[in-house]
Amino acid sequence: MKPAAFDYVRAETLGEAIEVLAQHGGDARIIAGGQSLMAMLNMRLARPKVLIDIMRLRELDRIDSTSGSVKIGAGVRQAALLAWPELATSLPLLSKALPWTGHAQTRSRGTVCGSLAHADPSAELPLALVALGGELHLRSAGKQRKVAAREFFAGMMATARADDELIEAVSFPSGNARCAFREVARRHGDFAIVACAAVATKDGVRFAVGGVADVPTARDWPRLEGSALDDALNGFAHELDARDDVHATARYRRDLVRLIGRDLVREVLQ
Amino acid sequence: MTRLSSAQRHLVRFTLNGKPVQGEAEPRLLLTDFLRQTIGATGTHVGCEHGVCGACTITVDGELARACLTLAVQIDGCELRTVEGLAPAPDRLGVLQAAFRRNHALQCGFCTAGILMSLDHYLRAHPKPSEAEIRDLLSGHLCRCTGYTPIVQAALEAAAELAELSRSDHRDV
Repeated sequence: MKPAAFDYVRAETLGEAIEVLAQHGGDARIIAGGQSLMAMLNMRLARPKVLIDIMRLRELDRIDSTSGSVKIGAGVRQAALLAWPELATSLPLLSKALPWTGHAQTRSRGTVCGSLAHADPSAELPLALVALGGELHLRSAGKQRKVAAREFFAGMMATARADDELIEAVSFPSGNARCAFREVARRHGDFAIVACAAVATKDGVRFAVGGVADVPTARDWPRLEGSALDDALNGFAHELDARDDVHATARYRRDLVRLIGRDLVREVLQ
Repeated sequence: MTRLSSAQRHLVRFTLNGKPVQGEAEPRLLLTDFLRQTIGATGTHVGCEHGVCGACTITVDGELARACLTLAVQIDGCELRTVEGLAPAPDRLGVLQAAFRRNHALQCGFCTAGILMSLDHYLRAHPKPSEAEIRDLLSGHLCRCTGYTPIVQAALEAAAELAELSRSDHRDV
């Protein structure tokens, strides 16, 4: 299918992009790499009147590593982050999850922030952001704010971003080497049937699941072992309210959460 | 700031396989349709139109891209390579294309243009690919005829042949 008609705006500065967004609000959409939005436009699931292209804004194409966090601008493509020499040491969870995000042919165009903006419940980047407890940097005319990952994802493909706000960057806490990621999909690079991430915390472990509930969901647990871990995973698997769909049954999804969860939690608590 | 109105067609100038070309496009026109219908370069195929099947894969400024997830107006000033740019001459196949032919790596040929572009791009940067790497790259394409095995075989053969050629200092891909 083909997109409905829209005006196309190529912004040269961040101010211009914000200004046009303020004028049109919900009738405008930001386009960066376009790997999620263009499919939505083609299927007419999105019908903006104005499309604002931000890929010529050099100021958004940067990765800033400071003590404790890595800030990734809205213009940074997934392939660029994957090729970032510090990725494995600064963001080990992302170095494990990012190769599962789409395919080489889509990572070359798709941006990190674009995947977060799209908020597909089975996408890897939102899951990693929730697992690590990162935050989004949002900007509108005359206002900036930060939103924590858990508040940002509001539902299936719904976020806390207001219509006049642009995602300027995302920050991931850096360093934590004790982390694990695993995904089950029909084909490598397809959306996950279940994707899981585990990250060691001060008191135990944070375990996060994507592809099951409407949003990536995390639980913080103390150091759990044996049947206590099995019980926690079983309770979590049911709380996620899995549903049957064309890809998998709810029961299969719960099984995957329990099985992958046990492996990953054990791995990071070792 | 450039604002292109939905109600008009706009001039798009770009380089296609080394040659400057231009055409007019409404903002909503997909690059696939622009290439095929406006420019007349029908080698790039249109499959799913939502980035999944890979039939329309090309390179834009040296990076792989789904033409169906790209707007024609976005490639103004860019350098594009499509399957039409692979053969060294109208009556000669490139090394990768010839390997596809030898290995029966295509049957209906619908997916082939995109797969050739992905492999051509990949082999330039990775002259000694493993089978696992080729299969990982091919996960971005759907082929309903071959079962992929002959495509993998063709890619590995082409890589070996290209490595041989570059040793004997031929540059012809």
